[in-house]
Amino acid sequence: MKRRNFLGTAIPAGVMLPALINGFTFKAFGASPLMSAILSAPTQTDHVLVLIQLNGGNDGLNMVIPLDQYDNLANARTNIIIGQDKILKLNGITKTGLHPAMTGLQSLYNEGKLQIIQSVGYPQPNFSHFRATDIWLTASGSGTVLNSGWMGRYLNEEYTNFPIGYPNTIMPDPLAIQIGSFVSPAMQGPSVNMGMAITDPTNFYNLINGIQDPAPNTRGGKELTYIRQVSQQTQQYGAVIKAAAAAVTKQTTYPTGNSLADQLKIVARLIAGGLKTRVYMVNIGGFDTHSLQVNAGATETGTHANLLGKVSDAIRAFMDDLKYQNASKRVVGMTFSEFGRRIKSNSSGGTDHGAAAPLLIFGDSVQQGILGNSPTIGSVITTNDNVPMQYDFRSVYASLLSQWFCSPDATLNNVLLNNYQNLPIIQSNAPCVSTDINKLNAQAGKKLITNYPNPFQSTTNVIFESMGGHTLIQVFNIQGRLIKTLVDSETTVGTHQVTFENEGYLPGIYYARLQNGALQQVRTMMLAN
Amino acid sequence: MDRRSFITAKEPFSKNSIVTARTQSGLSSVGATIPTADLIHLLKRTLFGVKWADLLAFSGKSLDVIVNTLLSTDPIPSPPVNNYNDSGYTDTNVPLGQTWVTAAYGDGTANGRRIGSFKAWWTGLMINQPATLQEKMVLFWHNHFSTQTSTIDDARYIYNHHALLRTYALGNFKQLVKQVTLDPAMLVYLNGNLNNKNAPDENYGRELQELFVFGKGPNSKYTEDDVKAAAKVLTGYVVNPLTISSSFNSARHDTGNKQFSAFYNNTIITGKTGNNGATELDDMLDMFFKLDETALFICRKLYRFFVYYDIDATTEANVIAPMAAIFRAANYDIVPVLKALFTSAHFFDSVNRGCMIKSPIDYTVGLCREFGIVFPPPTDYVNQYIMFDFVRIQAAFVEQNIGDPPNVAGWPAYYQVPQFHELWINSDTLPKRNQLTDYLVAIGYSRNGKKIVIDTVAFANSLSNPADPNSLINDVLTLLYTIDSSQKLKDFLKSILLSGQISDHYWTDAWNAYKANLNDAMTKGIVTTRLQAMFKYMMNLSEYQLS
Repeated sequence: MKRRNFLGTAIPAGVMLPALINGFTFKAFGASPLMSAILSAPTQTDHVLVLIQLNGGNDGLNMVIPLDQYDNLANARTNIIIGQDKILKLNGITKTGLHPAMTGLQSLYNEGKLQIIQSVGYPQPNFSHFRATDIWLTASGSGTVLNSGWMGRYLNEEYTNFPIGYPNTIMPDPLAIQIGSFVSPAMQGPSVNMGMAITDPTNFYNLINGIQDPAPNTRGGKELTYIRQVSQQTQQYGAVIKAAAAAVTKQTTYPTGNSLADQLKIVARLIAGGLKTRVYMVNIGGFDTHSLQVNAGATETGTHANLLGKVSDAIRAFMDDLKYQNASKRVVGMTFSEFGRRIKSNSSGGTDHGAAAPLLIFGDSVQQGILGNSPTIGSVITTNDNVPMQYDFRSVYASLLSQWFCSPDATLNNVLLNNYQNLPIIQSNAPCVSTDINKLNAQAGKKLITNYPNPFQSTTNVIFESMGGHTLIQVFNIQGRLIKTLVDSETTVGTHQVTFENEGYLPGIYYARLQNGALQQVRTMMLAN
Repeated sequence: MDRRSFITAKEPFSKNSIVTARTQSGLSSVGATIPTADLIHLLKRTLFGVKWADLLAFSGKSLDVIVNTLLSTDPIPSPPVNNYNDSGYTDTNVPLGQTWVTAAYGDGTANGRRIGSFKAWWTGLMINQPATLQEKMVLFWHNHFSTQTSTIDDARYIYNHHALLRTYALGNFKQLVKQVTLDPAMLVYLNGNLNNKNAPDENYGRELQELFVFGKGPNSKYTEDDVKAAAKVLTGYVVNPLTISSSFNSARHDTGNKQFSAFYNNTIITGKTGNNGATELDDMLDMFFKLDETALFICRKLYRFFVYYDIDATTEANVIAPMAAIFRAANYDIVPVLKALFTSAHFFDSVNRGCMIKSPIDYTVGLCREFGIVFPPPTDYVNQYIMFDFVRIQAAFVEQNIGDPPNVAGWPAYYQVPQFHELWINSDTLPKRNQLTDYLVAIGYSRNGKKIVIDTVAFANSLSNPADPNSLINDVLTLLYTIDSSQKLKDFLKSILLSGQISDHYWTDAWNAYKANLNDAMTKGIVTTRLQAMFKYMMNLSEYQLS
């Protein structure tokens, strides 16, 4: 019998549990996996995750700029490269700078509240906006179609049977809130959508449920039931949202003419107003910069600069407000986009659909730093070359669920449908512990994976160092496609060697990616004619 | 267990207990005549809302005559006019009341106001639609070949594009694909005008396959290389901003051979030089339209637009496949497919009744039509456009802004698995929908001394026997709801008309008193408050969201 079933049948949830849970401090729960395993009510946490979707495919290479690759990058994007002197510096970092419009995030980094994860993507990247967006929102593999979102599955694990029996004393508030009029597919659970859309938390309209004839057993009956359910939930949650909003009478200043700031202002108000809602989602569009992404002659300005400036200003204002509201410790935020853009710019002054890109994580509890290396930019870049992935986006999701929401491994497996790397994202003094990013970065200085000979023609030896545990070695081509998995197994501590055979591949650059625990490294290999 | 089998093993078990009703019915004919409930079902799916007058006009006619009428072609409407010169701004190129569609660009303010004029004009065409499928098909194609006025940003391109969709709305799909490919607005929207042999731009080549012809279904197996090959075929088209026309510039065309994948039987489109390069587009469309997936994709989309979003294996075999066969046999003419669908046993199967959640346009435009809301006359075009635009904005508030779908895929409610058109309804949009009907029933929207309102008394007066509360309620339920109502609900509605009294004659007396003295404010007030309360209640219930 599953723990949760046991709970559902034996204990009247919502009557005994709150008293029991209130008897313990939050820390006690965090420190006692056994206790939380026995209780399997939703994990006790007051943590909040804010997801910021950048729709259209954000050009990561002009946002987080690899200073150590600058000359080659400038060569590949002559018409849009940002002047080296304009790029914003980060404390203690020489290899990486930020887009000049992102002064807000620069200061956040320097205050220790921002982490940049380099080259986040997935094997076999898809270049269609729609498919790629679905992949990110559902956390599916490139070739797998899932009908539920990753957040929806997580919330379904935490709040089984929703919406039946909700709201209740354990969870009186919406599980997830989308700011806007459209609930993201990320919040789609296995059977119902777990999210709620709102545009104005102070104004809710009274809905009538009135006489309800039984729904007929037709397709029409199914849709009627759906609408009635939305109606009931809206009624029930409208009151708590209004109350939360009313509890916050003053907020700090947000930038104007910035739709993202408008949305985050509502989020801050609801968090500070005491909602137990775990997840908020906000959006900003316009990142599909096929043409004219910069102003000619002043490449640090233009469409993309305006967008990044809005993102940076909005997040900065949001964090300042949360601090003022004394709620900043509860919040971690993450930006993501369906893909990055090509390394080479096009002749229209823009960039076409690409693959992996950096992802930003912010909050008081985030480990400051840059995870991963700068993407390697070759001296000769052709139109179809892409940034190869260093980190799977599902590893980021898994790490946040585990370190921020304290999800047990079993939950992670049910949500993400596989084991993913645990990356050092949240500080180890936050309630859920993770590996120290500094320790990892110390390791990252070492060459953990090399190959010999390089360049090679028929075969090359891939030599790697394992810290023990699960090890993955994947070979990607320059378009970011996974062409071979050399190792996918437990390895012992020490040096190992495998062979990569040229099975008729085209000459050019190939990347061997090592993943061992939280570590990974990418080795550039050259297949010669 | 590998990940894939894990997923497929897990998902079915997590479905909740609501099982969608299924049906075996197919495309065979439903019969020569249909009962009233079926007629309402047909009209609700093909028009925006049903007027009592529509019902009277079609009652007693054979299904063949009804469907032929619905599928007949409307005359081309006169273009949108300058409704926007005011004390603050004058478009010097266009006099008030004259059309701007062929005028010079002017400036950004003129352009912005013209886009507003275009959207109001289009909304008006829907509100004043004749009883034909034309307007719903224009919306269908607008969603299919989705473009955004905010991106195209020239009202004249936008109007021409719209006129193209209108011309081909019930025409030939293959020709429409070609015309859209060459359309200046589309060339600008998806960068086709920038696509040249030195810098191929994949944007249109990708969406042409992914969204316009094959979709993203499991059997749509074009590759990334096909995207690149299609982009090369499409190199060389340019737009002349003075004439707002497109042309083929052979100097910009990639004359190499274009190799397509196994999905296209490894076809090579032979590269051509000079002006012959333009015919490579025909070669490529011939190649696309040879594949079965093309017709299947469009037929699934039509099915989801007109019948229901969920297509199970039985429906795919019994409905979609035969529709696609008809489509191919008709060389991609759209009318024979729609005629087969709208006369089929499957379309009228009771399981498909009332299962369409109204789109925001269906909701807002539909209620204007159902209640016969009176708009200012064409002579007062300034105020008329203001009122049309009010309706347009109400639909935009609940996530359907015509002219500006969220992106090139159109509105998610038409494609996003698994919720599809359930996405129209959420905790934000449902209250807004109720708020709109409450507002229009109670006070109406006023501007410049003009007003649009749901005149509940005039509406009741148009029905068969408004003095009899039972007849009145039956007529209203027939027209407004698609799901059958219980006696309990009818009794409750009647209790509103009777103010809780038991005898029907209280309502009859009140109605007759009003009719006997139309100018008496008090007797009119008595029937008005009761009718308003009843209609508010009816439009607040979830049933009203269904079509």
